[in-house]
Amino acid sequence: MASGIKDKVAILGMGCSRFGERWDCGGEELMVEAFTEAIADAGIDVSEIDAAWFSTHFEDINVGKGGLPLSISLRLPNIAVTRVENFCASGSEAFRGAVYAVASGACDIALAVGVEKLKDTGYGGLPAGGGGTLNPQWAANGSAPGNFAQLASAYRAKHGVDRDDLKRAIGHISVKSHANGAKNPKAHLRKEITEEQVLNAPMIAEPLGLFDCCGVSDGAAAAIVTTPEIAKRLGRSNIVSVKALQLALSNGSEAGHNSWDGSYFHTTRIAAGKAYKEAGIDKPRDQVSMFECHDCFSITELVTMEDLQLSPEGGAIKDVMDGFYDADGQIPCQIDGGLKCFGHPIGASGIRMLYEMYLQLQGRAGERQLSNPSIGMTHNLGGSPMSNVAAVCIIGAYD
Amino acid sequence: MVGITSFGAYVPRLRLQRKAIVDAHVWADPGLAGKARGERSMCNWDEDSVTMGVEAARACLNSREAAPGGIYFASTSPPFADRQNAGIVAGALGLPEDMASVDITASQKAGTGALLQAIGAVSGGLYEEALVVASDKRLTKAASPGELAYGDGAAAMTIGSTNTLVDFLAAHSATVDFIDHFRGSGEDFDYSWEERWIRDEGLAKIVPPVIARALEKAGLQPGDVQHFVMASTIGRAVEGIARHSGISGDAVRDNLASVMGEAGTAQPMIMLLHALETSVRPGDNILVVSFGQGCDALVLRATERLADFASACGVVNALANRQEEANYQKFLAFNNLITLEKGMRAEKDDFKTALTVTYRKRDMLTGLIGGKCTQCGTLQFPRADICVNPQCRAQDTQEPHPFREEKASVLTWSADYLTYTADPPSHYGMITFANGGRFMTDFTDVNVGDIDVGMDVRMVFRIKSIDSLRGFVRYFWKACVVRPD
Repeated sequence: MASGIKDKVAILGMGCSRFGERWDCGGEELMVEAFTEAIADAGIDVSEIDAAWFSTHFEDINVGKGGLPLSISLRLPNIAVTRVENFCASGSEAFRGAVYAVASGACDIALAVGVEKLKDTGYGGLPAGGGGTLNPQWAANGSAPGNFAQLASAYRAKHGVDRDDLKRAIGHISVKSHANGAKNPKAHLRKEITEEQVLNAPMIAEPLGLFDCCGVSDGAAAAIVTTPEIAKRLGRSNIVSVKALQLALSNGSEAGHNSWDGSYFHTTRIAAGKAYKEAGIDKPRDQVSMFECHDCFSITELVTMEDLQLSPEGGAIKDVMDGFYDADGQIPCQIDGGLKCFGHPIGASGIRMLYEMYLQLQGRAGERQLSNPSIGMTHNLGGSPMSNVAAVCIIGAYD
Repeated sequence: MVGITSFGAYVPRLRLQRKAIVDAHVWADPGLAGKARGERSMCNWDEDSVTMGVEAARACLNSREAAPGGIYFASTSPPFADRQNAGIVAGALGLPEDMASVDITASQKAGTGALLQAIGAVSGGLYEEALVVASDKRLTKAASPGELAYGDGAAAMTIGSTNTLVDFLAAHSATVDFIDHFRGSGEDFDYSWEERWIRDEGLAKIVPPVIARALEKAGLQPGDVQHFVMASTIGRAVEGIARHSGISGDAVRDNLASVMGEAGTAQPMIMLLHALETSVRPGDNILVVSFGQGCDALVLRATERLADFASACGVVNALANRQEEANYQKFLAFNNLITLEKGMRAEKDDFKTALTVTYRKRDMLTGLIGGKCTQCGTLQFPRADICVNPQCRAQDTQEPHPFREEKASVLTWSADYLTYTADPPSHYGMITFANGGRFMTDFTDVNVGDIDVGMDVRMVFRIKSIDSLRGFVRYFWKACVVRPD
């Protein structure tokens, strides 16, 4: 019987570049920026890193394929570098690789770095996905907002929600994230917005307007992990350890079998259930201090609150409107601005979420600091509602 | 006796108002002012002669099991100059592969030519039954006479020797290289000569002798013709031929110019079907004539069965399913007649179409054939080695199952202004089939505000995307909202 990952791995150091339209640099420089902070935080020398996991999603507009871009940019000492790609959950995947390497005993210290350079496309929004030789011949030519907007139609139908009521609730989600992002010096979007602005913004994919969509940003994030014992030996106190690390992937049933109603994430529910079990959490609404969810679109955040068992099914709208997830609410969500405002450099996002939870747990989140958080959760999603990769990670103070 | 055993028709839903065309061009050609009457049918951006032909043939075959032995596809606007267009139509209809297929093209009388070939083949015993499809979407220059006069449309009929609705009595043809217009290989547009010359030196001299000979072969007098079907965009030309041939002016059929325009090789068949649906009675004689570097004349007679026949969708229904389009710019855009800024997203290249995949998955991509698990009964699309039902997961249990005619409805949707489409916003979403199965697909022939969860949809064969770099057209099936009649 597997014993799970709980408390087997500690975070030794983390770093994150400034996110945004980084016309000033490429993916290579972004990686250095994040790594420089992480290794300083870890207080080790680069020669002490045993292996690295590296996440990027796009290839042709980014740094290219393979592990070499990381190895070369950081001048790593000829160690193993594994490139991972799992859509927008790639960052969580890199972290998982490094954590598992340490937990297995194969490495003492491992590195995870995620990067994405998106602003070399020449246009706004994410580049079109697709790929393969069969898919383009039959799959709808959707965009990310159009794919996630599908949730809204099904959620409304299932719960009998009026369009305007839904629009206002998802609008509040974005207003909250902008308020949080305004306090984050590394965030891409740092202006507060009003509900009126959200509701009157140009339509992107019904019912999602411009402010229902997250930032398309350049950025990188890095994590250095080791065992709690080594962390202590290196003189670290206030250790943050990994409590759970779960990944669930669609197997085509949402897309091809009529059992799914289109209004929620089947995979998130599975990954969250396993993560809570692994972390020993049985009342998430009471036990989770804060979380970062994959708010690629406001509607994603809304349904995810229910999928993570934080809001009751059909109850997320009420919680959102009650301020339950605001910075001063019971479970602050996207306290760093989230994908919405911190930004969403795809390969980096999963690690960026952990970066904020780590800072908060260590009491180093500056103006955004919450009082005494003990459990931080990240939810990192790749793909589309009908076919996706859901990663849930829980970290907390090492006892 | 050999004759027509079933039929169907298709006219694209959009009807471009001729006033919109005239308003755009009357500054340069004041003579157009008098032509701002009526409407012409207009393909959506994802329709062409193949997709229209598929819809007409679907209505004609009406989900029956028995397959024809051969398919004839007539068009002067086939999407492929060298790839069997009839074969694409046959694949979309889910017809078995052990059948013959022929494309007939390069003349405005290709429609009647296909009909004659099918009649000959069935009469001669080559096939028990043949399917004839005629379809045209002719590209015209902006401000050309054809832009106003033409329309897009398709007709289909089966030819057999039992249970005929209309019997074939006789035919006569002429082949004369009279070049009223031409379109060189690789050219986009027709080049036409003066109408008066075409009428007086061509139509008036070439057609009447052919009619006379055809009627003679049928043992009929001109006065015996109750319905005279002939399309021409030249005003009063057909009436003149009728008069000259001794056919009653009352027999001249409406050419549907005011409601759809002239759909090329399909037009004689569309007019014939319209006549069969609206005014032909059992025993009536019908003369069908078409003109194009010669002439075909067919003499037909309606049988008693016609009175009881109702097409799944004939010309009457096809014409009734209409939406007025007053935006001439949209017509220019859909037909690539204007250089539009489409945005960088339109540059997206899915790379070349992997023809190996297109072939391997041809039943899925062209025929919308998925799977039915023989163990748990779950319908699924696409068909896969392992059943999609999480409670089943049986391996190698799926038999082919067509989804074309399965009842379906909308589960999720959005109207997307970001992704590239020729007709924004792009509507797409998850549809579920009532008997099982689902997939995410594009919606077509849809207006903003038309779609909602739970609405019934039907599947239609349309252009998925166009690879203009390599000149390839990808087809797939889309969902279309079922509108109450």
